[in-house]
Amino acid sequence: MYRYDEFDHQLVNERVAQFRGQVARRLSGELTEDEFKPLRLMNGVYLQLHAYMLRVAIPYGTLSSKQLRMLAHIGRKYDRGYGHFTTRQNLQYNWPALKDMPDVLHDLATVEMHAIQTSGNCIRNVTSDQYAGAAKDEIEDPRIVSEIIRQWSTFHPEFSFLPRKFKIAVSGTPDDRAAIRVHDIGIQIVRNGKGKIGYEVYVGGGLGRTPMIGKKIADFVPKEDLLAYLEAVMRVYNMYGRRDNIYKARIKILVHEIGAEEMKRQVDAEFAEIRKTGALHLPAEEVARIQAYFASPAYETLPDESTELNKAVLADPDFANWVKSNIAAHRVPGYAIVNISLKPIGGTPGDCSSDQMDAVADIAEKYSFDELRVTHEQNLTLADVRKKDLPAVHAALKAAGLATANINLITDQIACPGLDYCALANARSIPLAQQISERFSDLNRQHDIGELKINTSGCINACGHHHVGHIGILGVDKKGVEYYQVTLGGAADEKTAIGDIVGPAFTEEQIVDAIETIVTTYLGLRQPGERFIDTYRRTGIEPFKESLYATH
Amino acid sequence: MQLIRNGKFVADDFAAVGDEDILPEGAVIVSLERWQKDRDALTARNTPLGVRLKSGQEPSAIADDLDKLAVVALEFPVYRNGRAYSYARLLRERHGYKGEVRAVGNVLRDQFHFMVRCGFDALEVADNITPEIWAESVGVFSHSYQPATDGREPVLSLRQRLAARAATREAV
Amino acid sequence: MAQHSRKGAQFQALTANRLADGIVVYLTADNRWSESLQDADVTEGKEAGEALLGRAQATVDGNIVVEPYLFEVTHNENGIRAASVRETIRQAGPTVRLDLGKQAELPGVHR
Repeated sequence: MYRYDEFDHQLVNERVAQFRGQVARRLSGELTEDEFKPLRLMNGVYLQLHAYMLRVAIPYGTLSSKQLRMLAHIGRKYDRGYGHFTTRQNLQYNWPALKDMPDVLHDLATVEMHAIQTSGNCIRNVTSDQYAGAAKDEIEDPRIVSEIIRQWSTFHPEFSFLPRKFKIAVSGTPDDRAAIRVHDIGIQIVRNGKGKIGYEVYVGGGLGRTPMIGKKIADFVPKEDLLAYLEAVMRVYNMYGRRDNIYKARIKILVHEIGAEEMKRQVDAEFAEIRKTGALHLPAEEVARIQAYFASPAYETLPDESTELNKAVLADPDFANWVKSNIAAHRVPGYAIVNISLKPIGGTPGDCSSDQMDAVADIAEKYSFDELRVTHEQNLTLADVRKKDLPAVHAALKAAGLATANINLITDQIACPGLDYCALANARSIPLAQQISERFSDLNRQHDIGELKINTSGCINACGHHHVGHIGILGVDKKGVEYYQVTLGGAADEKTAIGDIVGPAFTEEQIVDAIETIVTTYLGLRQPGERFIDTYRRTGIEPFKESLYATH
Repeated sequence: MQLIRNGKFVADDFAAVGDEDILPEGAVIVSLERWQKDRDALTARNTPLGVRLKSGQEPSAIADDLDKLAVVALEFPVYRNGRAYSYARLLRERHGYKGEVRAVGNVLRDQFHFMVRCGFDALEVADNITPEIWAESVGVFSHSYQPATDGREPVLSLRQRLAARAATREAV
Repeated sequence: MAQHSRKGAQFQALTANRLADGIVVYLTADNRWSESLQDADVTEGKEAGEALLGRAQATVDGNIVVEPYLFEVTHNENGIRAASVRETIRQAGPTVRLDLGKQAELPGVHR
């Protein structure tokens, strides 16, 4: 993975020193809250319901064991012994004190981490595919370009006060695991007819109050021109994005208002001008320097079949179930990708205790080249595990309470922190996810239902990505009481779709039954081999509406 | 309000003039509207002249007049509105403007660094800003990842030079 | 400022977060900030609520607390309770982590 050089270290250390000064000025009263707020927000510090919250950037979701151990340590020392992995591959602490924040950032800097641009109206952490480097059909490791973008966007002087926050995601495979079409900019790595690698660019996707799917405005941006192209998109947005209404300030509204064609025209014109100067031309040497950090680990030459694995599958049904759902194919024979579910039955999606972080760090060190990934679905991934080590990895995960076998099943839900933690939320998300998880805890039933993604958000800001859940749940507040609105048919992959609202919202008491009704309806309608989303696409919303509301 | 020009705290030799005000003697900064209305009269005065652009008034509106202007003042109506960063870069890099680009409005210490990088060489700042604060704020980061208007060598080109030097040393 | 009180709310208390550590606090009758809702000064009517906000201003200016606002409470012989789910969660702690927050630290606060 990428390692800091002297320049990276210096910048992050200077940032820590700057924030230490800003916190001191605030605590002494030299800065008012109004003056301080934008400064703390530039560093991922929010004031939530119970305390401050700190969001730590995990660039494109990649972590070393050492970094994860530091995250565990910070959880113990400055927080309450846990952290929460988010849908943007970041980690949030729920209880840190403002006065400790500079020390937390200092500790993070010792392991090449930071909280830079994890909030505020700037270019946020670049997200990517958790299978990067290991995926079978990968055109190029998306972390290379993600790191290049991370550096270019860090303290960008022109784009630190955009109309609104700005999120970029990169996918290196045709299968999109990074949800690039619901990002402000989505980058799809492609190979052209001449065998050259470049980028397809989507703009104007996003969730929130006005969900939109990104529009493709470039078929092939050459590698050396990517930063010039991104700078062109950002400049058009910075100059013409709306600043009169916070709800209309994202780039998706600009693209919607002027149209994708006009957006493309403006970006192309700006790109041509920027390109002329050559200042952002990306030298092949720098690409090669960064690429070297993401070189394949020292894989052994192994047979693809592992007798140890096959034996263990036959001997242990728990293990067999885990293999069935949590293991993905690796491009190298004899290796597998291991997904670690952070969705235990009845647990909080994405939460991980410091002890569990230490355990995962040890497992990654021993079995997966000292590295792991955070997924935007709030799980962890060990990308490079020998198949013959899978039984040992499973046993170690089980000991840490991390062997839940439910990846992509109905209990593998995405949920934002909701009203239990978040100052913006209207309703709770986590208890709902927990109740649904318990209702469907039977593993045979989960396998029978098959792939089904339930995403829950506690407010319209959509941190739980409810619009793109196969079943989406949105918490709303009606006079101090929580209600839940359901959408169906959303998807965040290469067939991205925004879910349709099924009808009037449900109460807290009704919602879990409603989800069960939807599932039962699907089971009754499905044809052989159909997943929930396939059935929904075939039948549309009507049969679900009918079964949900006809009997009420 | 104080003026910092090229890093020095200086007396402001330009008077900001409202659209209805009578023009005083000497150098003035007027709005885009007044400039467009009174262009000939203003040019005939033969004193240094500045135009102030609001957020939303793009530099292209004065692109053909730049040789007549000693100052272009770009307004930050609120620090969160970062349009003028792009305007400053366009003035310098696209239109080749060599005169003063002045940041006016809600200009805060935590933004000095970004402004200077985008080509502002003059900033109207609050009275509590001292030379020490200026130095600390503008110099907060020793290096920059990306090229901008200030001509500062970005990190990636520094890296290449270091690598080239190391290679030469090895060859010797 | 956040609006967390109903228009017709009869009883209100004043809450804020402590600047240095962000912990939820409530304004008391003797103008201290207590971590316990049970110590809160409960006022009746709109004007008394406004007065409560006014009394908090000095501690905002003095950088003791941030973001003070009024919220609706009910009170009887069993103690003071927040009217909304949100404020109940603020005074007690996350409903999904009963071992954390005031519910774990301050016995009796969540009566």
